[in-house]
Amino acid sequence: MGEIILQINNISVVYSDVIQVLKGVSLSVEKGQIVSLLGSNGAGKTTTLKAISGLLKPENGAVTDGSIIYEGKNIQNQAPEYITRLGIIQVLEGRQPFKYLTIEENLRVGTATRAGKPYKDDLDLVYNYFPALVQRRKSLAGYCSGGELQMLVIGRALMAHPQLLMLDEPSLGLAPLVVKEIFRIIKKINEEQGATIVLVEQNANMALQVAHYGYVMENGKIVMEGTSKELSENPDVKEFYLGIAATGIAKSYKDVKSYRRRKRWL
Amino acid sequence: MRRFSFHPCGNYRENYKQELSIFETDYGRLCVIFFLIILFFVAPFVVSPYMLYILNTIGIAAIAAIGLNILIGFTGQISLGHGAFFGVGAYAAAILATRLGLGFYLAIPAAGIITALVGMIFGIPSGRLKGLYLTIATLAGQFIIEYVLIHWDSLTKGTMGITIPAPNVFHWEIAGDKSFFFLIFLSLVLMTWFAVNIMRSKYGRAFIAIRDNDRAAEGMGIPIFKYKLLSFGISSFYAGFAGALWAYYMVSITTEPFNLGLSVEYIAMVIIGGMGNIPGAIFGATFITLLNELLRYVTGLLMNVGFVTSSGLNMAPLREFVFGLAIVLFILLEPRGIAELWRIFRSSFRLWPFSY
Amino acid sequence: MEFFLQLLVNGVCVGLLYGISAMGFVMIFKSSSVLNFAHGELLALGAFFFLALITWAKLPIIVAFLLTLVGSFVLGFLIEKFFLRPLIGEKLIFVIMLTVGLAAMFKGLILLIWGGNLRTYPNFLPETLALKLGTIYIAPVYSATLVISVLFLVLFGLFFKKSAQGIYMRSVADNQMAALSLGVHVRRVFALSWAIAAMVAAMSGIVLGIINGVNVHDLSSIGLKVFPVVILGGLDSIGGAIIGGIIIGLLETFTGGYLSPSLTDVVPYIVLVFILLVKPYGLFGLVEIERV
Repeated sequence: MGEIILQINNISVVYSDVIQVLKGVSLSVEKGQIVSLLGSNGAGKTTTLKAISGLLKPENGAVTDGSIIYEGKNIQNQAPEYITRLGIIQVLEGRQPFKYLTIEENLRVGTATRAGKPYKDDLDLVYNYFPALVQRRKSLAGYCSGGELQMLVIGRALMAHPQLLMLDEPSLGLAPLVVKEIFRIIKKINEEQGATIVLVEQNANMALQVAHYGYVMENGKIVMEGTSKELSENPDVKEFYLGIAATGIAKSYKDVKSYRRRKRWL
Repeated sequence: MRRFSFHPCGNYRENYKQELSIFETDYGRLCVIFFLIILFFVAPFVVSPYMLYILNTIGIAAIAAIGLNILIGFTGQISLGHGAFFGVGAYAAAILATRLGLGFYLAIPAAGIITALVGMIFGIPSGRLKGLYLTIATLAGQFIIEYVLIHWDSLTKGTMGITIPAPNVFHWEIAGDKSFFFLIFLSLVLMTWFAVNIMRSKYGRAFIAIRDNDRAAEGMGIPIFKYKLLSFGISSFYAGFAGALWAYYMVSITTEPFNLGLSVEYIAMVIIGGMGNIPGAIFGATFITLLNELLRYVTGLLMNVGFVTSSGLNMAPLREFVFGLAIVLFILLEPRGIAELWRIFRSSFRLWPFSY
Repeated sequence: MEFFLQLLVNGVCVGLLYGISAMGFVMIFKSSSVLNFAHGELLALGAFFFLALITWAKLPIIVAFLLTLVGSFVLGFLIEKFFLRPLIGEKLIFVIMLTVGLAAMFKGLILLIWGGNLRTYPNFLPETLALKLGTIYIAPVYSATLVISVLFLVLFGLFFKKSAQGIYMRSVADNQMAALSLGVHVRRVFALSWAIAAMVAAMSGIVLGIINGVNVHDLSSIGLKVFPVVILGGLDSIGGAIIGGIIIGLLETFTGGYLSPSLTDVVPYIVLVFILLVKPYGLFGLVEIERV
């Protein structure tokens, strides 16, 4: 077991003082690994990421219980300006580029955590990972395609020298080939930059292929964890998440045991 | 006989009919009826003429504010030209009454309709503009209307103003605060009733859909431009109607009051009262009118205090300062306005004395 | 012909004034998307503060000027901190009305302290700055305005295009959440843009005061004239603000000279409505990139 970089202990997150989204989530991330966080819509994956990166506050949410410890520091409910400067960068869901800035200016915003320092080498690095961006560097991000934008936002996060990079659904709305490409690069970033990556995904298949370890969330709780191999071989995950039925025969609702198991997934 | 219903302790609505009901309980309906009886049969006969004047001003302002709330609070289109529309209504009524000799019962609604048309013309930019740009377009509308009112001498007599004959029904003249009280508040009740009901119709739902997300509304098949124009029209109709009442009430009108300041006052009424809430507009109109009168009184008082008079300090701008402060404080502290305060107040009594 | 040329020159000069008055407004809009209805009052506050410093405190012009700039920088910062910050993320109308409320407060305050009469600065610009082209005369203050506006235009252009802080400011205007996720200090950006805007406003207030005298009603109505100017220029473009200013200035002087002086005040708004109908994002504005 390697060094633990991020430790989340039993946190609860409440929006607007009334809506409880996370009900005691605990997870730990090992340094240098890719950890995937799976689960259906509304399970609380994005909220978990936002709790770590401090982006709950603008949405009127707060961590009400438990602790988030990053490299020995308690970071729950801290301002995002502080957390990003510790090296935790979240890539938001749904590719949120700065539409009216050019690609290159978008990338420069990534240097905000270390304003004033040179950034030329980092630009080269990002263009190296994402050659598709080079020819579009002067065009407005608002006019780029979805794939380019996903590369852009990952690249933008890379500019910040992340220790812990959190990606929220990088495959959202992208063609399968592009998804493959993006995941290849994520793996590459992890290996070459040594960045620890937390990956939130709906595409469990892809995520489990690149990740070392995985957590499955449901209704604001972690319901299962294990190495990617364990998870992808688990019959429940296989059947309800990866869509591979064990026997290949459609289950009947009369089969109560299976129905109960299924209910837990949906 | 059906059971007399009290406040349920939760949301027990089971069908759309209940969802659409205006009064949640018979108790609420009784309260309103009781209030109306007091308003019409007691208030005008006991209060002083000055108070009656204030009540009348509130009534007129409330009609205009309800109109603006339909536009801002329900349709989400910000208009900075409501004061000018109010002026259009006032002038339309004055001109119809003096030039064409129309009776007030024709002139006032006609003024409303004319204003509605003018409002729809200035609502045309809403077809292409949203948010900030639309706000600025309506600001331009305010200045253009103001200019036309002042400079179209042949029709509006420019800065001279127009004097309007007293309205009369069957040779019985409506003059004086008391008879105007009935005219104004009957109109207010009618207009409130109309506004409340339009908001629970197909049109009201379309307005709210446009406010919440106009693209989604369009996607669901609501012709948004048509409805935005309609909203501008209805809103201006209210402004024009109120303006016409005001013209009759004031007897003689000039272009002076219908400036940007008046538009701002109406928006302040809508915000302070509570956006998207019809009674809220009435609360807001009451608050702003009372605040205005109070500040006028206080600054007048201060001017006569020895040392202020001798120091040559002009206290009149204090009004402007406090007015601005009131807007700022409401926005910072209770952006949902008096209607929300009222709701909180009521719900704290709801389970009295067993509230937890 | 001579009349025409003089009108042309006057128009450009007045227009430049509008342009630099609008610059502060555009700054705020660009970074925080706030439509500042209190802009005219910010102009007036700067102008009156300067007036107080040179007439009551009898400070030298340069010291008073610098002090005014510092003072309004702080003022802008405080306005943002106490009034605008709690509204981050609120609906457009609340923000608009807050600035309207602020405008009323400031106006009341200025009237309480200085009254509504017209005041003038002592004449301090050297006559050598005046330009004479044939029969056309350009007053020293206008040539100074020309220099200042070009200077600011270049400075702001460089600031927003090249400097890191400028790009952060634009990123916040563009997508607040994404900027936050990358560690941009959003609150600092807002505070900074208000502070700079108030400073620029104070400066233009002083220039306007030198030309027209200091009067709170005039200055606050110029604050409203900023709207057609920036719409023409496209709300978020500082260069556009200058061009918009010049167009409005020319329109005003020409309608004043050839049609009717009473029309000058309303012509900018008529043009505004037509421009909005034809080009909803102004002549130089960004077209909103909307993707669903």
